[in-house]
Amino acid sequence: MKMTKIVRTTADLFFPFCLVFGLYVVVHGHLTPGGGFQGGAVMATGTALLLVARAYDDVTGRIRKGAMKVCEAAGLLIFLCAGFSGLFAGRPFMANWLAPDGALFRTSIAHGPNAGDLNTAGLLPLLNVGVGIEVLGGLTVILLYMLSGIKEEKKK
Amino acid sequence: MRNVLFSAILLLFFGGLLYLAADLPFGDPLRTDMDDYFIRNAQAQTGANNVVTSIVFDFRGFDTLGEATVLFTAVLGVGMMFRKLKEGEEYEND
Repeated sequence: MKMTKIVRTTADLFFPFCLVFGLYVVVHGHLTPGGGFQGGAVMATGTALLLVARAYDDVTGRIRKGAMKVCEAAGLLIFLCAGFSGLFAGRPFMANWLAPDGALFRTSIAHGPNAGDLNTAGLLPLLNVGVGIEVLGGLTVILLYMLSGIKEEKKK
Repeated sequence: MRNVLFSAILLLFFGGLLYLAADLPFGDPLRTDMDDYFIRNAQAQTGANNVVTSIVFDFRGFDTLGEATVLFTAVLGVGMMFRKLKEGEEYEND
């Protein structure tokens, strides 16, 4: 099944914006509403858009199932490694040891409303990115599996 | 007759539920110690402006680890259900 050229072009046009917006939601998870789960879902929406506008075989060239499986596992691994990194710093598991004076994301913020700085919150951005990659990979794999039945219909 | 009876029982059940729920304090919780603590200290302790994220990923980080694992397992299950059959393998019919 293939939609008209208008729908296909619009989907192609919107796909990168979906990815960029999802990435924005993931990366700004510690500043604005949203986070890893929500941003990953937004990114996976781009795949759904392509899948309904084009045939399944048309999409697999651009989005590979194997790469998405790797994404999913890598996201969970990033999350786990970030969690275990607290142990090496002499803090408990999942402790936010980067927050006050670590090497990364260490800028301290004023209490109350402030402009917001991406370079804050210690471990939280890393965890957000891990979860975002995992949700992107997982939802995309589910979509590709479940919508693999969408094929071009042959006219008899 | 049965429908009337069923509707009456349903009405009674939900009426009672609403009557009980009307007494519950809503929007004015009695214990706000936890909320006050998060609102006052979340920014200073985690450095994140988004208090929700600081709770989900820092104060309750272990819970989020479980959530991520649940998602991983769900995707594994979907992958197993939608897998390609091997050569000569048949669907089980019974």
